[in-house]
Amino acid sequence: MSQGRPAPGPSALRIVWIYPDLLSTYGDQGNALILEYRAAARGHRVERVDVRSDQAVPEQGDIYLIGGGEDRPQRLAAERLRRDPGLTRAAGRGAAVLAVCAGFQLMGHTFYDEQEGVLPGLGLIDVTSHRGSVRCVGEVVADSDPQLAVGGAGLGPLTGFENHMGTTLLGQGVRPLGTVRVGNGNGAGAGTDGAHAGTIAGTYLHGPVLARNPALADLILSWADGDSAPSPVDERWHQRLRKERLAAVGA
Amino acid sequence: MSAAPVAVRRGGGAERHRVDTTVASQDEGAGHGAAAQDPADLPARAKVAVAAGKVTGAVSRAAGRGSGGVIGGRVALRLDPRLLARLTAGRTCVLVSATNGKTTTTRLIAEALRALGPVVSNALGANMPAGITAAMATDRDARYAVIEVDEKYLPAVATQTTPSAIALLNLSRDQLDRAAETRMLAQRWRDGLAGSSATIVANCDDPLVVWAAGQVERVVWVAAGQAWQEDAWSCPRCGGVLQRTGQEWHCAACDLRRPQPTWVLDGEALRDPYGVRVPLGGLRLPGRANRANATTAAAVASLFGVDPHRAVARMEQVAAVAGRYDTVSYRGRQLRLLLAKNPAGWLETFDLVAGADAHPVLLSVNALGADGTDTSWLWDVDYTRLRGRPVLVIGQRRLDLAVRLQVAGVDFTVHDDLDAALAAAPEGLIDVIANYTAFQQLRQKVGA
Ligand SMILES: [Zn+2]
Repeated sequence: MSQGRPAPGPSALRIVWIYPDLLSTYGDQGNALILEYRAAARGHRVERVDVRSDQAVPEQGDIYLIGGGEDRPQRLAAERLRRDPGLTRAAGRGAAVLAVCAGFQLMGHTFYDEQEGVLPGLGLIDVTSHRGSVRCVGEVVADSDPQLAVGGAGLGPLTGFENHMGTTLLGQGVRPLGTVRVGNGNGAGAGTDGAHAGTIAGTYLHGPVLARNPALADLILSWADGDSAPSPVDERWHQRLRKERLAAVGA
Repeated sequence: MSAAPVAVRRGGGAERHRVDTTVASQDEGAGHGAAAQDPADLPARAKVAVAAGKVTGAVSRAAGRGSGGVIGGRVALRLDPRLLARLTAGRTCVLVSATNGKTTTTRLIAEALRALGPVVSNALGANMPAGITAAMATDRDARYAVIEVDEKYLPAVATQTTPSAIALLNLSRDQLDRAAETRMLAQRWRDGLAGSSATIVANCDDPLVVWAAGQVERVVWVAAGQAWQEDAWSCPRCGGVLQRTGQEWHCAACDLRRPQPTWVLDGEALRDPYGVRVPLGGLRLPGRANRANATTAAAVASLFGVDPHRAVARMEQVAAVAGRYDTVSYRGRQLRLLLAKNPAGWLETFDLVAGADAHPVLLSVNALGADGTDTSWLWDVDYTRLRGRPVLVIGQRRLDLAVRLQVAGVDFTVHDDLDAALAAAPEGLIDVIANYTAFQQLRQKVGA
């Protein structure tokens, strides 16, 4: 499994998956599995912690993952996360966060709930989310922010699948994760997908976004372990899948 | 018909109850007992609709577009929106709905009820109103109708058909880019079935099903098990986190909890309300999920007086359902065809292939319209269960599956199509697991 490089430190890389009981509608576990796989291939000892919504979010994780869900689980997750200081403290000391779909909205200042209207999120990044007028469903291609790089190269186009009603407005404190070429991303007509600031990234490319974007996985890992030139991992199948999906939408 | 009493739970206390199979016949006042409404009695509008449906169905068949039933049914329903109600009036109807196992359970119930006489059923799995209507038009004399119903249409079909019994097996994530969220479906069932006069036969091991059946007066609880639990951690009523110990489950925040079952799947046998064990080892349909389906089917059949031993003996004759579980010879290999449409289905299917010798497993996954065009569900399936087996991968979305299997640590090879995969496989038995359209394509290819 190991590519020969020793682990950078004695402690394990801790991957914390937040609320799989509420926010794992679209194969969100995939991101945890892919990060585990790549980290282990590079010699990390990996410890994965799945935090159910009646448990406290640990503060000492290295990477935090939070996924997608419909209105009700999103509302329940927000209520519980607002009472729990774990994620906010972890983000405050620079832990990496990958937030997807409903999870992305929760990282912002506010989001919209069908039943309760505008609700507060955690305010960890400068975005606000609203209810769009159309459901955005289908393939997405977005050119990744050229400021993002890992291993001396950009991330290339991001490819994924979206299924949401949200629109997310980006504030001054963030940059979009990508510029949309196909699909919607941050809502119909927004022209961008996701957002990033510091070591927090959010996207509407739902579920296992890292399956088609291994460079994004390496970026998240580099935020956690500080290794900006990670050793290569066998990613033949990731690359063939990327190519096929990009070709399928003519990108 | 046997008059054996049947135990039914109503709220907390047990009572004896037996479905009155003649209730439905009073509906249109046709006055010919429980027989289906005679063609001669159908109003003119309905007759035209049935005839138009048949013509359209025949045209569709001739044009090579499948069985023609759905299109015929659609035309007929447009001409007479009440046609389904008319075609089921006077019959004793049983509805079956679930995310997984509804086609098989429908078949098993139909088989068991044939002990009492002719049964009409939508055996080919066309389970939306048009397909159901077309199936009901094919046999107007059968006294019993056993109907598989798509989850989304259950309340509407229940309103039209006034069923005597409804079997509810399970609810889990399926085709997420087009279907409603799982809990929304449960809510739709709960609202749509409230006050239903049907006896509900429901799985007490699925919290979503338990909640969905919560406003119905008569429920027979069946402990049918639930291997997939990832859609049932959050209490459907209050959002609390469900707690599980062994088979029991309860909500930490409200009083929703597992009801006491009267029918139990207990390993290789079912246990009826009197504690009588009926072995299920003789079933030709394999696996735990099918033993669960048979237990529910026996509970339904007993409502109509069919003794569980007799019901199970009849179910043992079923070897394959719409091609599923069929073993076919093709190019020197024996292919066992298994359908798995969603994470819960894959989990049950892995139970079937586990424990066997290490013969190869062939997987085929598509993402065409009927499958849902999003493949993210692959990451909900625990493919580590296939470690140690040679795995062959085909299908439109074989690259998605390849990434998934690599991360799961499974040994696999990817091939362009079935013939190429088989050329790389040893002779002998191969388990073939495919999702919906991939399964249909494979069946066509191997002539199953
Ligand atoms: Zn509750």
